[in-house]
Amino acid sequence: MKFRKSEILFFALRNTKLRIGVFIVALFAFLAIFGPYFAKYEPQDFAGPGYNPPSGEYWLGTTTFGRDVFSQFVYGLRSTFLVGFVGGSIATFIGLFVGFLSGYKGGLADELLMMFTNIVLVIPTMALLIILAAYLKYRGVFLESVFIGFTAWPWTARAVRSQTLSLKTREFVNLARITGMKPLKIIVVEILPNMLSYVFMVFILQFGGAILTAATLDFIGLGPTQGISLGLMMQQAVLWNAIQLGMWWWAVPPGIAITAIVGAMYFMNTGLDEVFNPKLREM
Amino acid sequence: MIELKDITKVYSLGAFGKRKLTAVDNVSFSIGEGKIISLIGESGSGKTTIGKMMLKLIPITKGQILFQGKDLSLFKGEKLKEYYRYVQGVFQDPFSSFNPIFKADRIFELVKSEFFPELTGREWQIHVLDALESVGLNPKTVLNKFPHQLSGGQLQRMLIARALLLDTKFLVADEIISMLDASTRIDVLNILAELKKGGLSILFITHDLSLGYYISDESIILYRGSVMEAGKTEKVFSTPLHPYTRMLLDAVPRIDRKWTTFEIPERKAVGSDTIGMCKYYDRCPLATKECEAQGLIKVEEDHHVACWRWNDV
Repeated sequence: MKFRKSEILFFALRNTKLRIGVFIVALFAFLAIFGPYFAKYEPQDFAGPGYNPPSGEYWLGTTTFGRDVFSQFVYGLRSTFLVGFVGGSIATFIGLFVGFLSGYKGGLADELLMMFTNIVLVIPTMALLIILAAYLKYRGVFLESVFIGFTAWPWTARAVRSQTLSLKTREFVNLARITGMKPLKIIVVEILPNMLSYVFMVFILQFGGAILTAATLDFIGLGPTQGISLGLMMQQAVLWNAIQLGMWWWAVPPGIAITAIVGAMYFMNTGLDEVFNPKLREM
Repeated sequence: MIELKDITKVYSLGAFGKRKLTAVDNVSFSIGEGKIISLIGESGSGKTTIGKMMLKLIPITKGQILFQGKDLSLFKGEKLKEYYRYVQGVFQDPFSSFNPIFKADRIFELVKSEFFPELTGREWQIHVLDALESVGLNPKTVLNKFPHQLSGGQLQRMLIARALLLDTKFLVADEIISMLDASTRIDVLNILAELKKGGLSILFITHDLSLGYYISDESIILYRGSVMEAGKTEKVFSTPLHPYTRMLLDAVPRIDRKWTTFEIPERKAVGSDTIGMCKYYDRCPLATKECEAQGLIKVEEDHHVACWRWNDV
């Protein structure tokens, strides 16, 4: 194990794509964690005069209503990471659970679970989220992430299932069975470790996907009713013609942040692919 | 000790399981204590399927397997675990029998945590060293290594050692030496023979007639899921009665004979016209229209054949 671990670490540290991705995500994560301590105002406070360009007092300027954009930005980043983490975790977890169970058990359980997965897969996620969001009077960032998590898992389930199908035909699974191990234990201690790299990458993709979905929902006005997010900032900026009025400091930062985070996630994903799969390594 | 009664395995194929494939067709035999029985057949004859059913890795479609008089299909949960304490298996591919991301000796740890959680690490270590010694492995060379750092022969012997850690009475050895090279083969075979002296019964699954002859007390010749000929190894090999057995024996390359043209009859068109006929009907050079599906006929003590014309051809 030691040899393999250090080998993976060696290629991980050498991989430029992975380094760039991790750096960008870490930068924004750092901002999200520590930024609010530097923010002088609450995101919804009236901090001062409106239409203020970035200055020493207002680092990213103010909105039409005199709110501090930097405060909104760092608090928005926080909720973006929360959506990514909660939504991505839920989607990954359900996907793994359904995929493992379906692939390992086979037979009727497999048929039923895959039927359910396919149904969820063909329901237009965005339409469902719009309807759900429209029905709720009070929506928080957390609830939004839970919804996103519960609708994003099907493709993970399908991918995990097919990998499990191929892994379970290997003899070491049979050997575990004649050692008297229970199915759940076999999945966790025999099959899952073989897919750890894949699970890790799935989580990264789901993380980025949840952030994008949340931004879309926020932008069309179905985001949280309380709190702030990057998507909400963009929505308000567009609503109040920020670009047309020359208030680039209001509209551009949230867009750049979302693009950079999600882009960096995909960078990490392809980078990790090269780390875990020796065939893709550049020599 | 273990007895198979009219075991049948039918696989459903295609959409909605419309197509049926009978992999094992009404096979019965029993294995006594301290006996090695070889199950010989070509690819697709159902020999591995029989082994897997005996290990309860796949369900039986019809029939019964009795272990010490008890029906195997009733073993579930803890009872099934107890069954695995006495019945173990070693599979064909040693490299796929080990989880590639863990060290090879983890297979011993798993046995400990499942069956002997009460033992201390030291006590267990002694058991492991004993087991490794009885399969002729040097603990220093095999412990603390990854599967890819060991040879197929070493891995296969470790798997046998693993089975010995339990109170194994019956071992399913599914083509365990077909992936080893000739020099290690005989070592592994001799280990099995040695273990047999200690009272272990073995189902030795193979496609190699000479290996079957070398090691077993009784032989069963399988073709397309049915038993063609069964009995004491000496009798089956010295006086083969079924045309299929004879063909197989003729096809074995001999160390004292050069290559000669030898034609193996191929299967002709298969279809509805072979239903109800003898399984070997379309390849048999001696087949007549009357060759219907045939059960085993007792020819003499410990020798059965599934050919009604065994004494006139």
